[in-house]
Amino acid sequence: MTYFTTSHVGRNDLMTTKSPNVSKVSTAAQATTLDRLAAGVEARVVAVEGTDAVARRLMEMGVVPGAPVSVVKAAPLGDPLEVRVRRSYHLALRRAEAQTILVVTSEE
Amino acid sequence: MSVVESPTLSEETNASEALGVAAVASHDAGALVVALAGNPNAGKTSLFNALTGLRQKVANYPGVTVERKEGEWSLASDLPPARLIDLPGLYSLEAASADERIARDVLTAPEQVGDTRPDVVVAAVDATNLERNLYLVTQLLETGRPLVVALTMFDLAERERIEIDTARLGRSLGVEVVPVVATKRRGLEDLARAVLRAAGAEAPGTRWPLSDEAEAELDALARADSGVRSAALADLYSEELPEDADRRAAVEAARERLARANPDWWQEPLRARYDWIGRVAAESVRHSRARGRSATDRIDSLLTHKILGPVILLVVMALVFQTIFSWASVPMDLIDGGFGALGEAVRGAMPAGLLTDLLVDGVIAGVGGVLVFLPQILLLFFFISLLEDSGYMARAAFMMDRLMRGVGLHGKAFMPLLSSFACAIPGIMATRTIENPKDRLATILIAPFMSCSARLPVYTLMIAAFFSDRKAFGFISVGALIILAMYLLGLAVAICVAWILKHTILKAPAPPLVLELPPYRVPNPLNIAQQMRSRSWLFVKRAGTVILSISILLWALVTFPQSDATQDDPQARAYVSQATRETGVESRGEPAPGVEPASPEASTKEGEQIRQSYAGRLGRVIEPFIEPLGFDWKMGVGLIASFAARETLVSTLSIVYNVGKDSDAESPSLIDAVREARRPDGRPAWTPLVAVSMMVFFVLACQCMSTVAIVRRETNSWRWPLFMVAYMLVLAYGASFVTYQGGRLLGFE
Repeated sequence: MTYFTTSHVGRNDLMTTKSPNVSKVSTAAQATTLDRLAAGVEARVVAVEGTDAVARRLMEMGVVPGAPVSVVKAAPLGDPLEVRVRRSYHLALRRAEAQTILVVTSEE
Repeated sequence: MSVVESPTLSEETNASEALGVAAVASHDAGALVVALAGNPNAGKTSLFNALTGLRQKVANYPGVTVERKEGEWSLASDLPPARLIDLPGLYSLEAASADERIARDVLTAPEQVGDTRPDVVVAAVDATNLERNLYLVTQLLETGRPLVVALTMFDLAERERIEIDTARLGRSLGVEVVPVVATKRRGLEDLARAVLRAAGAEAPGTRWPLSDEAEAELDALARADSGVRSAALADLYSEELPEDADRRAAVEAARERLARANPDWWQEPLRARYDWIGRVAAESVRHSRARGRSATDRIDSLLTHKILGPVILLVVMALVFQTIFSWASVPMDLIDGGFGALGEAVRGAMPAGLLTDLLVDGVIAGVGGVLVFLPQILLLFFFISLLEDSGYMARAAFMMDRLMRGVGLHGKAFMPLLSSFACAIPGIMATRTIENPKDRLATILIAPFMSCSARLPVYTLMIAAFFSDRKAFGFISVGALIILAMYLLGLAVAICVAWILKHTILKAPAPPLVLELPPYRVPNPLNIAQQMRSRSWLFVKRAGTVILSISILLWALVTFPQSDATQDDPQARAYVSQATRETGVESRGEPAPGVEPASPEASTKEGEQIRQSYAGRLGRVIEPFIEPLGFDWKMGVGLIASFAARETLVSTLSIVYNVGKDSDAESPSLIDAVREARRPDGRPAWTPLVAVSMMVFFVLACQCMSTVAIVRRETNSWRWPLFMVAYMLVLAYGASFVTYQGGRLLGFE
């Protein structure tokens, strides 16, 4: 995929090896939820679960199926998460909200 | 699904330019109405300030605390300036918050919020974050109002090598797209010309088709109603159902049919809009440099670092706190002294009498009591706008959210609560950044528990009188420990109350946190100046009237009825007046200029006056009720007076103990008087236990008319300020009761 620059890949590798979730993020396409995504790994949104106002708000903010998302980091106390949305802006989400976002990691 | 594009803009719009201006001229004798909409952080405020300069008015929409800003925008030299309405920042017209509801109503049903229907809507769209910003634009297009897109921060986009083909983007959107840089005033004239053209032109018919089933339902709903697709779209997909019963039934039936075929039916327009946006952006935007780590990422690796982040936050907050707490005292003393001097000048120039007293002690002291808060408010809002405009505030909320959520509050409640340790008034005004009304209300209701600077004189007096020489474990000052305990008591009660409120009357699911962390930007000085100006003006105008009225009322309570002694003695009258002046203005412990120290006779006379005034009589009336807390009627007079402002307790006690009104919390004569005060049966009126009970009462009671006034103003009703005073009074009474009676059971006197 064209949007991965070399520097990106290098950083991703660094982050994944540090992450405790490393086993869940393989190089093959894999479905998971956003809160379990390792920092720095880009994934695509598959679905936003729930029909409540939060799901709607997330989708209004661009977290729609097909949109690229990645976790930048967790807040100092472990929650909320800083999420990069559509490669253009950053959003703070609690893990509870991130759990409702199904993603699939891109094949590389 | 295919994209139905509207006719291109090229020749048609040029041809309509003359028509547009003609239409404007004939529109009415008055001005064109333009609404400015945009996402938060899209540079909307900078654009608004650049277009209107300082010609703007800030008010509230009726019945809500959403701010309404309007300014004058000179579109062309030969036309009257347009009325530019600045809508609240919003991500969507879906009306998730009060702000978004107002913005939607201004655009679709302006008469409901007492506004005029805008002739043209200008959408501020952040060029560096095009896709998400275009979502609102798709919804604005659906409303069918003439629209112009102002592409803000175009220079930043250029610097990030984001190339936007604005002509092509305009053709895809069906509206004119004007690149602007508000801070450098670039593109503003182009924007004005585009608005004039749009005012006379047809609204664009751009749309993004949905599935056949959804389109069929929309057609049916539109036919049954006004025939307008956008109205049917809003009815079918917004969370609120239409009020009309028939319409509601039709919409509910349509939703059920759609839901049977596809459980995610409600997502369809959202996805269709973003699909369309994705295609539009792909056509007209080119990233010539692959996006790596941005400057913001690098700054954040420090500012939201796991360990350094909280440390830096602590330092920033300490600086802000220090500023409000202590640096503001210099201008505050100047205002205080200035009004004291003015009062004395007026007293000297006018014949002694009630009118002079009213003017000096009611009006001048009252105005001084309002203005004395201005330095704190200006300073706090300077920092808040600076932190907000730069993007750091969102990071503070991001880091503090986990802690604040523990008591059911939002990360954004952190800053207002911290500010309240200096003074609850700017703190309560700062809660406006919290969107959810229940979270905001809970934050407002607990803000006065933070031990503010006005409580310090009370703590100081009590500790100086009873705990000054005591040491715990031989080296820790008991006084310092007690002050610390009082701060912690306020904090602990605030946490409990917040928890209770969030589980009872303000019950709501834990507020979701969907918070944008905007890129760091250099703050715009014009935005900061504007924010400081409008906040302080709102305070003076709204809270000021209440504070002034209560100040006059309190003056009357301690002045009437006139005792024989004071009626005959102008000097004693002056001293009584002096005491009441302290109700509004914080006593800083220094005599007002031009006042001689009290002579013993005068002190006795002013004591006599206050004892038999209405306030004094009230003190005796409440004595049976405060007796269980360990307080006698003289303290009752102090309590009544201190409901204007806490620090007034010190000056009022000085008067009732005949030591002269200019005593401060550390003056030996007052401390001695407190120690030697006796009850009728000869027992000491004050004991260490009574002093602690009194301090506990001051931690928990809402004794501050300015706080009441500002809560009234911020919640738009008397309900919440009265509730706040009542529940805090109950808590204070209960806690003092437990302290005093519990202390006696444990053998303390």
